[in-house]
Amino acid sequence: MYDLIVIGGGPAGLAAACEAYEQGLKNILIIERDRELGGILNQCIHNGFGLHYFKEELTGPEYAGRFIKMLNDTSVEVKLDTMVLDITKNREVHAVNTSDGYQILKTRSVILAMGCRERTRGAISIPGDRPSGVFTAGAAQRYMNIEGYMVGRRVVILGSGDIGLIMARRMTLEGAEVLACVELNPYSSGLNRNIVQCLGDYNIPLYLSHTITKIEGSGRVERVVVSRVDDSTKKPIPGTEISFDCDTVLLSVGLIPENELTKNAGIAIDPRTNGAIVYENMETSLPGVFACGNVVHVHDLVDYVTEESKRAGRAAAAFAKGLSQTDEKVLAMKTGNAVTYTVPQKLRPMRIEKLADIFFRVNRVFGEASILVFDGDGKQIAKFKRDYLVPGEMEHIVLPRKLLDTAGGDSLTVSIEEVQA
Amino acid sequence: MTELTCIVCPRGCRLKVDTENGYRVTGHSCEKGEAYGKNELLNPTRVVTSTVKITGAMHRRIPVKTNGAIPKKLIFEAMKLLDGIELKAPVKLGDIVVKDILGTGIDFVASRDML
Ligand SMILES: Cc1cc2nc3c(=O)[nH]c(=O)nc-3n(C[C@H](O)[C@H](O)[C@H](O)COP(=O)(O)OP(=O)(O)OC[C@H]3O[C@@H](n4cnc5c(N)ncnc54)[C@H](O)[C@@H]3O)c2cc1C
Ligand code: SF4
Repeated sequence: MYDLIVIGGGPAGLAAACEAYEQGLKNILIIERDRELGGILNQCIHNGFGLHYFKEELTGPEYAGRFIKMLNDTSVEVKLDTMVLDITKNREVHAVNTSDGYQILKTRSVILAMGCRERTRGAISIPGDRPSGVFTAGAAQRYMNIEGYMVGRRVVILGSGDIGLIMARRMTLEGAEVLACVELNPYSSGLNRNIVQCLGDYNIPLYLSHTITKIEGSGRVERVVVSRVDDSTKKPIPGTEISFDCDTVLLSVGLIPENELTKNAGIAIDPRTNGAIVYENMETSLPGVFACGNVVHVHDLVDYVTEESKRAGRAAAAFAKGLSQTDEKVLAMKTGNAVTYTVPQKLRPMRIEKLADIFFRVNRVFGEASILVFDGDGKQIAKFKRDYLVPGEMEHIVLPRKLLDTAGGDSLTVSIEEVQA
Repeated sequence: MTELTCIVCPRGCRLKVDTENGYRVTGHSCEKGEAYGKNELLNPTRVVTSTVKITGAMHRRIPVKTNGAIPKKLIFEAMKLLDGIELKAPVKLGDIVVKDILGTGIDFVASRDML
């Protein structure tokens, strides 16, 4: 019997396991399907990780390396090359690998840290031929940085997510020509820093409010057609076509949390995040099962993944030790004006030591704005000022426990109010 | 007058730098942005990351980075120094891969262990 099984050995799983160990759990197991720990960070060879958490700029492998080193000083057990196939309601973990075969493992608590996968072309359906040379940006990143294959010479990138931007620079440095980065929205979903240092530095044009309307080629990609879109309908505007002769298209059109296991276990999913609905301590609707990192909601900064995962690790440790808690009150988090989701989705004030962290995203760009929090009676209980709010960056507010104890009703609503200039 | 976006924090202020008048910066909201704007035009630098070939390890490439920022205009020349390099496992994090890149005093180092 394990105290805790962590599924996924990326930064989320690593931080959660280290923290649960710190909290005194002895029998912890991490199951990772890849042949090494570190998750997606192993292929993110660029720097920019850890500014918040370590106060220095690290590359992805360095950031992962710090946690792997920490883990090596513990007695946490790791099974690599092992795939988790199923989790049951009574917390049995079904896993398979070539040395142990099919195993059913029993545990007191589970942490889900499976990360996310990329949206593919099928998920966004571009008309035209189906030639080779169309990759997701993350797959291309893996081919180049881990396996050492150059995926193309003349490249158009669809979507201005960070992975696409990072790959624009990476391919340019390796001698490819990146002709354009094409973004459907009138703003980029990537970090400003990446727009400046990955596109700007190499004079790669960013076409906002544009999309690829056609991919042509027999066998390999030969050309793409890009059109301007109407900002309200998102429909291509005839007569605005630009064509690019290229051999490669990279898709950087978003990530989806990897939740097949979660759904099969009957855990409640939030359709807005595509991740599990979680409480303040990252517990899911199945008691004793916690979730953290990209499997809950897509993070742009790994530093926040680490913080959130430590919270899950602490809570799993408390659960495994049998520390029971009674909850007098559960607050449902609701989304008001311009807020697309919140994590956590539910708060149990009794379990919050002092402060509750609330993460969310907005659906458009704001200049000076206020984040307002209303209680279930519609009374405003908190207000936070921001100089800017953008969809590409996750927002974060902290609510003191005292405020939650006295909040009226059984819900809280987070809403954005623009400050008129 | 040159316009650029400050990248020191996510706010992304639009800076204007007056290159004719002592690189005076406007449009910033804090001192860090002012310093960034000036430096970005006088002496822009970047940390460069890439990979090199490795044999005898679990992967065929190992990530490397410059252990400090190098002048932006040297990036492509610096990348050329990595062509044809072949490391042999084991390599430790921080092992020097190319010493003193183009006289900058900065080295390319391995950014992970590969045993
Ligand atoms: C390509 C890319 C570039 C990024 N660039 C940056 C950046 O520049 N700066 C930054 O701060 N953040 C960046 N991020 C974000 C950051 O890296 C992620 O938020 C972070 O890696 C998420 O960690 P995770 O542990 O939740 O997921 P992952 O790192 O994806 O780890 C999940 C792990 O779970 C394993 N797994 C999944 N399912 C199973 C199963 N059934 N059985 C066993 N194991 C399983 C996977 O193999 C994987 O190792 C980037 C993300 C991506 C995808
Ligand atoms: S000037 Fe200051 S506030 Fe503005 S982006 Fe730069 S660091 Fe941020």
